[in-house]
Amino acid sequence: MAGKEFIYRHSGWVRSTHWINVLALLVLLMSGMQIFNAHPALYFGSASTFDDPAVAMTYEQTDDGYRGVTKIFGESYDTTGWLGGGVDEDGEFTRYGFPWSITLPDFRSLALGRHWHFFFAWVFVINGLIYLIYAITSGHLKRDLTPDGKEMRGIGHSIVEHAKFRFDHEERGYNVLQKLSYLIVILLLLPLMLGTGLTMSPGMDAAFPWLLDIFGGRQSARTIHFISASLIVLFVVVHVFMVLVSGVWNNLRSMVTGRYAVDTKAPAPAEEAAE
Amino acid sequence: MTKRESNGAANSGMNRRGFLARGGALSGTLLLGGCDGLFRNDLVQRILASADSLTEAVQRALLTPESLAREYAPEDISADFKANGSINPDTPDYRKLAENDFKDWRLTVGGLVETPLTLSLEDLRGMPARSQITRHDCVEGWSSIGKWTGVQLSRVLDQAKLKENAKYIVFYCYDDLGRGDTEASRYYESIALPDAYHPQTILAYDMNDETLPIPHGAPLRVRVERQLGYKMAKYIRSIEAVESYDDIRGGGGGFWEDRGYAWYAGI
Repeated sequence: MAGKEFIYRHSGWVRSTHWINVLALLVLLMSGMQIFNAHPALYFGSASTFDDPAVAMTYEQTDDGYRGVTKIFGESYDTTGWLGGGVDEDGEFTRYGFPWSITLPDFRSLALGRHWHFFFAWVFVINGLIYLIYAITSGHLKRDLTPDGKEMRGIGHSIVEHAKFRFDHEERGYNVLQKLSYLIVILLLLPLMLGTGLTMSPGMDAAFPWLLDIFGGRQSARTIHFISASLIVLFVVVHVFMVLVSGVWNNLRSMVTGRYAVDTKAPAPAEEAAE
Repeated sequence: MTKRESNGAANSGMNRRGFLARGGALSGTLLLGGCDGLFRNDLVQRILASADSLTEAVQRALLTPESLAREYAPEDISADFKANGSINPDTPDYRKLAENDFKDWRLTVGGLVETPLTLSLEDLRGMPARSQITRHDCVEGWSSIGKWTGVQLSRVLDQAKLKENAKYIVFYCYDDLGRGDTEASRYYESIALPDAYHPQTILAYDMNDETLPIPHGAPLRVRVERQLGYKMAKYIRSIEAVESYDDIRGGGGGFWEDRGYAWYAGI
């Protein structure tokens, strides 16, 4: 008869750095939108081309009153209430990039937004470094997150299965798509956030001018910072969805206590089954 | 938040239990979304601002006096260099000077110096000049590239001979950005000596090979190329060497600093 057994899935280092990272990224995202709202437009290159932004969130006066408008490479989209501007609680049209209800703080304050952003940027960097040192020295990165040749060959099958919403996740480890998405976030997107963030600092640009060359100029760095943040949001949406559909309590318990229940062929030992 | 706006939290007696309670309250209000008190809380602001000191310490350790801000090519100059903050001061003393093309304008250099100076634009233009094509980064997020010509601040300071205890250079300006019609509501800024003596820190009187226009700070603005735009005071009236800026106006060391922005603007 099959039963349940508990395995120790996440180490204390992974669990604590994970949740600190959740808090840091949440504050960074919300304060980042506050900072973005101070000039809700994006450009490529070194300097801003005010008449020809790559992306701009603005507003227009129409016969129906003011509308929030998002322009992407010259195309205009009506995004009233979401981007560019919308009607606030008092029924007044308010200009913004992102709505003030999702920025930090929840009223216009570039100064406060910057304080929150840079404080939690340090939290993110220190926490991320601790995680990386742990992940490399403990073998976590190689053992748990790096797919082997066999897994890589099975990637086509796994994509088809996921497309059918059949999640054949190996219970003791991660699925190949899961491993790859974690690796992309950990080794590409999050470092990219840091690199492009530093490139926006005139002090860092003087210390390390090559930052400007890597990212194609300060305004390109700012745009990449925005795109990379959007991709991380997309990752979080999918990540949370997968947590919900693949056994939410078991997943959450394992990221809080480390203990993760798996099916076992043999009857589970009594004291563990009582858990 | 300015020091003057600080609420009762700072005066309500700090002890360890209070700190823990506030830490718990911080997490609680953050989770519940009732954030207004949190954002305006003085202690929270002080904790957050502690990261500025860390950032400044790290950047100062990474930056040598020789670390220059990137200089660009003439073809990189922005045709649409944005003018921000005050763009046409309406204070009577400034209007009077502008009407006469700033011929009566004089820069005074005082404070903790051996030789106080009074310099005309002619005097400044007679000193060795430096030109640089640099990127201006606004705290709002945008950048523009322009060519600046002026005299290195270090030359002016050397002429005035700083006293031993001088630690900061303060710039007082003509524009009343605070709209208070008082001396205290006018723009001012301060920088530390490593920035004051940096080779790219110049008192600019020309922009893009023409006389500095009024929207960009005529007759004289400072360029502090390794920091953000708000450090680069426009419409300069006088320069003062001081040991501390604590007792100047709001005590933040600058117009925007008194309104909550960080004094160190290298990030």
